[in-house]
Amino acid sequence: MAVTEAPRIVTSRLEYDDSFTLERYLATGGYDGLRKALGMSPEEVAHEVDAVSLLGRGGAGFPAGRKWSMLRKAATTYLVVNGDESEPATFKDHLLIERDPHQLIEGVLIAAYAIQASRAFIYVRGEFALGLERVQSALNDAYEHGAVGRDIFGSGFSIDVVVHPGAGAYICGEETALLESLEGKRGFPRIKPPYFPAAIGLYGEPTVVNNVETLSNLPWVMLNGSEAFTALGAGRSTGTRLFALAGHVRNPGVYEVEMVKTTFRDLVFAPVFGGGIPGDRELKAIIPGGVSAPWFGPQHLDLPLGQDEVGEAGSMLGSGSIVVMDDTTCVVRAAWRITRFFWRESCGQCTPCREGSGWLEKILRRIEDGEGLEADVDLLMDVCDNLAPGVSWPPQQTTICVLGSSIPSSIASAIRMCRDDFLVHVKDGGCPYG
Amino acid sequence: MTPSGGGHLSEDIVARARELVGLYPHPRSALIPICHLAQEQDGWLCPEAIDEIAELVGLTPAEVLGTASFYEMLHTEPVGTYVVSVCTNIACMLRGAYELLDHIEGTLGIRSGATTADGMFTLEETECIADCGRAPCLAVNHRFVGDVTPQSFDTLVDGLRAGTLADDIPRHGTLVRVRRQGGLRVDETTIRSEREAAAATAGGQA
Repeated sequence: MAVTEAPRIVTSRLEYDDSFTLERYLATGGYDGLRKALGMSPEEVAHEVDAVSLLGRGGAGFPAGRKWSMLRKAATTYLVVNGDESEPATFKDHLLIERDPHQLIEGVLIAAYAIQASRAFIYVRGEFALGLERVQSALNDAYEHGAVGRDIFGSGFSIDVVVHPGAGAYICGEETALLESLEGKRGFPRIKPPYFPAAIGLYGEPTVVNNVETLSNLPWVMLNGSEAFTALGAGRSTGTRLFALAGHVRNPGVYEVEMVKTTFRDLVFAPVFGGGIPGDRELKAIIPGGVSAPWFGPQHLDLPLGQDEVGEAGSMLGSGSIVVMDDTTCVVRAAWRITRFFWRESCGQCTPCREGSGWLEKILRRIEDGEGLEADVDLLMDVCDNLAPGVSWPPQQTTICVLGSSIPSSIASAIRMCRDDFLVHVKDGGCPYG
Repeated sequence: MTPSGGGHLSEDIVARARELVGLYPHPRSALIPICHLAQEQDGWLCPEAIDEIAELVGLTPAEVLGTASFYEMLHTEPVGTYVVSVCTNIACMLRGAYELLDHIEGTLGIRSGATTADGMFTLEETECIADCGRAPCLAVNHRFVGDVTPQSFDTLVDGLRAGTLADDIPRHGTLVRVRRQGGLRVDETTIRSEREAAAATAGGQA
């Protein structure tokens, strides 16, 4: 098992029960990264972050440094934190928000300084009641400590940070929908181009949107330097990453592991991580990067947890969620439940997504209930083809945002990997898994 | 249009709503946070509250309702004192969420989507609440409960009925019990001059 000795970058404080307090934060090097950053020029800070190849930890994996460099020059610019973690089975940002809110706030301030933002907003998923309380409480303490507000630590840099609650909508994790929501509107993704809020973002002003985990890396990067960070991982996938492991494993949970040096097998089976499948049952499938990702089978277990490695194998690390399904799992039911989620969460702007998700859900439901036809299997693939022509990876897009083109992933995976499971449902007139 | 006499939202809620408006460059941004506040008072968004929210953020009541109705957490109909949200998404489903939901429907005597006759509980099936390390999980008024078993759920319900969990789980609508201390600390002129100075220094260096 390749369980590396990599340092914990974003979860170092979680062993303490009071990890979320200012006292604990200051006792463990808190806000030293910010002090160091404020002693450098904003360009130097941005350069340091660009040098570490910090791939966005939200889902798209876009390098944070490059995102910052695309910011249009303007008198007013914004930094927005995407803390709307809602991809099913993804629960890593939730942990960071609740358990180390100061680390997030420090990351926000470092980023805000680097891009010289006028104001920063931390958009936290509405359902995270405790998380919202912890971040607001931490922010109050940070103001009191002089880490936020006017003339931070006597540096001449001032900024306000606002904690903003969402109100329950998966689509608001899409960055342009999140900006609409932050403007007080329905969370409708915006039509592209412009592709990046760095050109036109919040209130039409240039805006950087970064994920919680991405920003939580910044204090460590400032303190330890880019070389220490790039020494971890390999290729473009540097540093560590949080993986939320769920489903059929003995120890579900969030694990921080070194990128690329760790494999799916390590994560699922190593005693310090997942600890294997309960009852030592056989692995049937893995969802490697959130329910938008195509599934992997047992033959993919030795793939390294790296962005490009997983991409080349036909899926994605996406949101950092890994769901394990053992051989007692009905893939029809799994695909149905995931599709039902997309149907409920489709914002309704685009016809293929709004209508396609509903029809796919109905067809999967009737197959699961034993009322399907053999032709339904091809019908599913046909509807998927309307959503994402070719049903390939990465998917072709027919909709404003990628929610629509994500819907076929689970269905096509289930059919391609376990077509017989579908046919048995039709032939037997019911679910063989009970 | 009838002029709103106001007075439905309490003075405290209105004062807090005005503070929220002050945090954003545009008042409309405070809409969703203010809707949460209104729910803190009433548990849901009643028409009187919607009228007053509209005035606070400079929108029409239709715009407020049209926005609020997009969001799962904002209720345009009354709900129970305790909204029980049972996750049935993939991670919880693989660990018995639907069997748990069956049990919960039995315990509460209602189907998912309904409210008990005494107004104590509303039951809903929810999408992933990001607590999958403790699947199957649920939330009561957005306070998370993990590794739920039929027995632990029944104990939870007994506690809620007996009122012994009031500190842990507030009545429906109270989302955030920690208030922001003070409004914005830095005025726009300061920000602008600081940013211009930084840009000039960078230009000078280059």
